[in-house]
Amino acid sequence: MKFGIVTFPGSNCDYDSYHAVADTLGLPAVYLWHKSTDLQGVDVVVLPGGFSYGDYLRAGAIARFSPIMREVAAHARAGGPVLGICNGFQIACEAGLLPGALLRNAKLQFVSDTVRIRVENADTMFTSRCEVGDVLRIPVAHGDGRYTADEETLDRLEGEGRVVFRYVNASGVPDAESNPNGAMRDIAGIISAEGNVLGLMPHPERAMEDLVGSADGRRIFESLLARVSA
Amino acid sequence: MSRYRVAVHIVPRKGILDPQGKAVSDALHSLGFAGVSDTRIGRHIVLHIAAADAKEADAQVRDMCARLLANPVTEDYEIAAVESA
Repeated sequence: MKFGIVTFPGSNCDYDSYHAVADTLGLPAVYLWHKSTDLQGVDVVVLPGGFSYGDYLRAGAIARFSPIMREVAAHARAGGPVLGICNGFQIACEAGLLPGALLRNAKLQFVSDTVRIRVENADTMFTSRCEVGDVLRIPVAHGDGRYTADEETLDRLEGEGRVVFRYVNASGVPDAESNPNGAMRDIAGIISAEGNVLGLMPHPERAMEDLVGSADGRRIFESLLARVSA
Repeated sequence: MSRYRVAVHIVPRKGILDPQGKAVSDALHSLGFAGVSDTRIGRHIVLHIAAADAKEADAQVRDMCARLLANPVTEDYEIAAVESA
């Protein structure tokens, strides 16, 4: 299984993502330049974190017009897995691959911390190696992470099991203190209706080794590996 | 074709939490402007465009707002001015 990691101008987690895939999991990975129109036959596309195009206008608003995004959208339409992390989640929302939007953190502060997220749906290609209720410790680092959508969209996401991760406290229960950005319904990550595009604000690629404080992010990559190669 | 200067206001949609707006409301209250409510902070974009007439310039900028300048999920926009440039 081959991973393609998109590098936009201003991406800064593309190397972390590459390290996660190539060095910690030993899987083939390539960088995909934003001006390229060739996905190089990758199985999984990672839209990494960072500040693509300086977050000009809105986070992710300009990146969606990069030439590579046309190919990423086609890959997604064909059922190919896309993992949007942090800025990648913002880009996926702006590109219409996922519903809703990510707004300025409710407390107006950039938040850099390790948070707990609870697995709400283990029947996805990104969480098959988890159980519902599992709590993962994963870092966040963002200024615009407040997931927002209208009530109807939120109800639909919940009803269809598309809220995949929710911010929770040490007891595994959502509360205002444990929600780092004021996201509606404590949403940390959602999946597309077809189940192949996951967007999340926390950075699983930065939680791949105990050395860095948590290896819980591996569960997401190992789930993908199990599903996609099956 | 004529040149037009178009100004657009983009603000967070009513009902969407705007923490900047709320902080400014609170600051205005502490200055004694007790009647202030629902402050919204957004963007003001000014652009120049070639169009057949003012109506077409307005329509083009509305299309830009729908597709890029505003996020249809969270923001409202209004064309503040269309002037000959």
